[in-house]
Amino acid sequence: MSQSAYLVVAAALFGLGAAGVLLRKNPLVMFMCLELMLNAVNLTFVSFSRSLNDVGGQVSVFFVLVVAAAEVVVGLGIIVAIVRRRRGASADDMSLLKG
Amino acid sequence: MVGLLAAVKPIATPEVVWSALAPQLVMMVGGVLLLTIVSLVKGRLGRGAYAGYTVVVALVSLASVVPLWRRLQDSKGGPASLVGGAVGFDGYSLFLIATMAVGVALAALLADGYLRREGLEGPELYVLMMLSAAGGGIMASANDLIVLFIGLEILSISAYVMAAMHANRVSSQEAGLKYFILGAFASAFLLYGIALLYGATGSTNLAKIQAFLSDVVLVHNGMLLGGVALLLVGLGFKVAAAPFHTWTPDVYQGAPSPVTAFMASVVKAAGFAGLVRVVVVTFDTYRLQWKPAVFALAALSLLVGSLSAIVQTNVKRMLAYSSINHAGFILVGVQSGRVGTAAVLFYLAAYTFMVVGSFGVVTIVGGTGDGRHHLDDYKGLARTRPLIAAAFGVFLLAQAGVPFTAGFLAKLGVIQAAGQTHNWTLAVIAMASAVISAFFYLRIVVSMYFDDPAGDPEVEVEGSPLVPLGARIALVIAVIGTLGLGIVPGPFTHLADDAVPVITAAGR
Repeated sequence: MSQSAYLVVAAALFGLGAAGVLLRKNPLVMFMCLELMLNAVNLTFVSFSRSLNDVGGQVSVFFVLVVAAAEVVVGLGIIVAIVRRRRGASADDMSLLKG
Repeated sequence: MVGLLAAVKPIATPEVVWSALAPQLVMMVGGVLLLTIVSLVKGRLGRGAYAGYTVVVALVSLASVVPLWRRLQDSKGGPASLVGGAVGFDGYSLFLIATMAVGVALAALLADGYLRREGLEGPELYVLMMLSAAGGGIMASANDLIVLFIGLEILSISAYVMAAMHANRVSSQEAGLKYFILGAFASAFLLYGIALLYGATGSTNLAKIQAFLSDVVLVHNGMLLGGVALLLVGLGFKVAAAPFHTWTPDVYQGAPSPVTAFMASVVKAAGFAGLVRVVVVTFDTYRLQWKPAVFALAALSLLVGSLSAIVQTNVKRMLAYSSINHAGFILVGVQSGRVGTAAVLFYLAAYTFMVVGSFGVVTIVGGTGDGRHHLDDYKGLARTRPLIAAAFGVFLLAQAGVPFTAGFLAKLGVIQAAGQTHNWTLAVIAMASAVISAFFYLRIVVSMYFDDPAGDPEVEVEGSPLVPLGARIALVIAVIGTLGLGIVPGPFTHLADDAVPVITAAGR
């Protein structure tokens, strides 16, 4: 019972994150939603690790954390570069490319 | 203190066979080394040195594949797993690493002229290319889902930065941001799929998962199937398969043209590397479940790619849709399961030459500012620049699948594989989409050869030739590759046939 509760929470968090990325317009908020998705995955890994009694899942979490940190650095770099060119950029302003 | 240390048991670290990892290591060390050198001797190296260095690194990586391939085909050698079962060593990964190395070399040659024209210094572009290709190599040889994920992230994070490379062009940064958000979104799905598979099978190691699936029949396999579905979503994004293709046209159009060439060749090859390794090989026992999903991806990509390309007036965007169409063709090979892996490999190798060549021409015709990509800019190209037009004609006809080009045999291979598995529906859809896509390829060719030039052609400026040396070499190699694979395919099809993906458990 307890394990499935964790999995449900993780799935709900993942869904919230995914909905946030699709619905929000501020790139920074989209960013936070991406982080929420990754952390939902971490929660899933940890709860499986506990129920399988296997340390591999917890090791995976560290890899995910490192990758998420690297992703943040690059993403923020791109956002800063854009905001420098035009203030208050939102995802709706990113409409130069379409067709 | 000494007693304490003596009490600690030495940690059993896995044995690492460095020589077998050489192709990936060369790329990675090469990239980091260039970064170090450039930051030490700021600006004292010429721009040409960066490109030359990158080509040399890519060639060394390519050359280091050869002895490994020999060892693999040797009776004593054979596929193995390295680093405690985390990395696989088989012909399949070597073939794809070699393909990606060729992609890096050609893209670096294109990038040199582009950076000079745009007035960018850009050693970081080459660094990122090499790191990205190293990530692709790790993906191609991953024997563990976490290793696959790390390889994918090394590949993609570098690619995000490359797409946003041109700091003075808004469209480049927009492309970078879009690619980043959607790419990270896809990675999260992939990762969630990995977590579910871990929960369902108790391991992230592909060999262990394979063994588990052949031993145990799961009564409740919902979690496993959910995991595979999420993996397909994540990797579908990376290879630009419909319906996960929406980022492709925007990013391909906005990114600097040599970077687009890189993304279309190396990133796509790496994505398919992961797809075949995980879905086709590891989940072979579940093929009845995943085949319909891949069928849908393939059919949608084939149709969406070819139909959307017809209405485009921007050549770069049209080529982006055509790359979605090609992803559909490769997915036809993936859908055929193990029968189709050789066809997938041959297609990826052929596509590398065709697509780098095409985007190479786009880089040159695009002119300063990388903005002349409208169909009108190609009018009468045969009169103003006959050689460029001829090369573009070869690449376009090859992509359309005209006989005696690499594209024809590549398409034939995947359709044959679909036929062998009696999947006639998909084979017919593939052929129909080949006919549709021939229309828009031929439209560019017709416009190059039969229309009058519109507007003034870009004038040659002293000191910066319209077609820089690097791009010339890259285009010549791409033409030779495109025609060579089409006229003398024998050696390459043998190589692709020998490059069987094998997943080996640790300790063997």
